[in-house]
Amino acid sequence: MSVPTPARPDARGRFGGFGGRYVPEVLVPALDELDAAWTTLRDDPRFRGELETLLRDYVGRPSALTFAPRLSERTGYRIYLKREDLNHTGAHKINNTIGQVLLAKRLGKRRIIAETGAGQHGVATATACALFGLPCVVYMGEEDTIRQAVNVSRMRLLGAEVVPVTAGSRTLKEAINEALRDWAASVRETHYVLGSAVGPHPFPRLVRDLQRVIGDEARRQFREAEGRDPDAVVACVGGGSNAIGMFTAFAGLPGVRLVGVEAGGRGDGLGDHCRSLTLGRPGVLHGAFSYLLQDEDGQVAGTHSISAGLDYPGVGPEHAFLKERGLAEYVSASDVEALEGFRALSELEGILPALEPAHAIGWLLRRPLPEGSSVLVCLSGRGDKDLDTVRAALAGASGG
Amino acid sequence: MVDLESTLRARRSAGGRAFVPYVTGGLPGVDAALLRALEEAGADAVEVGIPFSDPVMDGGVIQEASRIALERGARPGDVLDTVAEADLRVPVVLMTYLNPVLRRGEAAFVAAAADSGVSGIIVPDLPVDEAEEWTARCAERAVAPVFLAAPGSSEERLRRIANASRGFVYCVSTYGVTGERERLAGTAREVVAALRPLTDRPLLVGVGIGSPGQAADACRFADGVVVGSAIVRHLVAGERDRAVELAAAYRSAVGSVG
Repeated sequence: MSVPTPARPDARGRFGGFGGRYVPEVLVPALDELDAAWTTLRDDPRFRGELETLLRDYVGRPSALTFAPRLSERTGYRIYLKREDLNHTGAHKINNTIGQVLLAKRLGKRRIIAETGAGQHGVATATACALFGLPCVVYMGEEDTIRQAVNVSRMRLLGAEVVPVTAGSRTLKEAINEALRDWAASVRETHYVLGSAVGPHPFPRLVRDLQRVIGDEARRQFREAEGRDPDAVVACVGGGSNAIGMFTAFAGLPGVRLVGVEAGGRGDGLGDHCRSLTLGRPGVLHGAFSYLLQDEDGQVAGTHSISAGLDYPGVGPEHAFLKERGLAEYVSASDVEALEGFRALSELEGILPALEPAHAIGWLLRRPLPEGSSVLVCLSGRGDKDLDTVRAALAGASGG
Repeated sequence: MVDLESTLRARRSAGGRAFVPYVTGGLPGVDAALLRALEEAGADAVEVGIPFSDPVMDGGVIQEASRIALERGARPGDVLDTVAEADLRVPVVLMTYLNPVLRRGEAAFVAAAADSGVSGIIVPDLPVDEAEEWTARCAERAVAPVFLAAPGSSEERLRRIANASRGFVYCVSTYGVTGERERLAGTAREVVAALRPLTDRPLLVGVGIGSPGQAADACRFADGVVVGSAIVRHLVAGERDRAVELAAAYRSAVGSVG
């Protein structure tokens, strides 16, 4: 029943025409080292055993699959939620960070750096570093340190140093720039735990391999519950790590639609959204060739989303590949729809979702699928971090 | 256009070392007159950068220069216009991140650069493994693709870098991004020494050179230096004359070696 590991990317990190490794020369040896190490360790029984034990005993896997009866009734679907919000630290991000920090230890690295947008990846990295006793520096856009202040406190309490990044739009894109600059200087002793399925090869493969546990578990759980595969699998897409983790188990299965939901923000104008797959065009950002929001000179565009975790102008190269091959479809939900999704899941199911997966719920509230469809949704994280944002947005809306 | 490699080789044959100042195009004060002033200050070639939104190979000074240039609306075509207007006798090397090249199309980008008098192009986020198409397009217009060699590059990679580069090989002096350092890193000498047996192309050291004294130190083993942030710092501060004076000081320090 399990779908074998995809034969992509190729040895050069290409997913069809996408991906690759567009980085300054100084980083190439470290990427080669990482690629070689992961190629060996991903199938190494001892490494896998260690990782699986941690995922079970520390993260709390497998995460539950929850039927959502009232949301199902509201939409006319049979909706199941893959509860990544129930993981330790409250999101799917920890699946990746535990694996990467374990890998970094094997490589003999003595220091960890990471970027973060919403703060979930930063918290998950700081957590893994506390667990393994490694120093951790997290780069975070200054704007995000404000809208995700609780996560900044969590990271600091976990012993990480949080460095606010003041360049550009002061969000995730700039945090990655700054982490890459740190890594260029520190690459001999430092591992960069990239948090999404983006970046130069081998990161898109590494992050997918570590996140595919979401889809592998969910497929098994869904078949136990329904006796078949779902009609549709829906996940939000910023860089795309929870979505690729979910989709990998289903890609290419006949009769299963894969739907990635991008952040539609406040409109279709450049700078008002994060719709790289639905409104961008291919280009290079952060080391990979993929869809990208850019202006006519190739300058990377500003973005907007109510959710910090989706606020990114690029997307992982495997999503570009899935889109081009017609293996997945990509849509968007606006800020307003995400808030509707947040409220619906809270009021109907007693689950406060993060604003990121709230986009997936918001899209489903449009009833875009045939009546009676069975739907598997990746609930990638919990909403506690977003309460201030949601409260402010709802107050603004009711105030006119 | 002036041939980059023969210019640098001629300097070396005469027992000298090359000095290549870098300036960020589109920054206030970076106009044709400034490029000519750098030539008059003794630059063997002038490197001009196209400002980019996400300059991951650059430290604080050039990040700030890029931000200012973009904020006032600088576009790649404007930078090329400045190069064309300056019409230097020495070669001009363009520095651009990859995405502006891809947006225009590699062939069209090289053609526009060549038509503006550009002799060589550095793309810091295009490592040699991804550059087959790029080197072919450059060859069609006799533009020199300059690749970066870095501390940690294996001998096999250094060989590929040296073989694919035209003009010179850009030897990154240290682990990290552009910006002045307190002293010249020991790795600068290692990169040059590792490349020397693999190629007879000119080897220029760049990234991190923070003083004329450091430039002179690098020129004791390399064929020349590229100096960016130290000069751009003054342009960002609006001290254009100071930037030109500093270029002359670098030229003089580099000239003392050989």
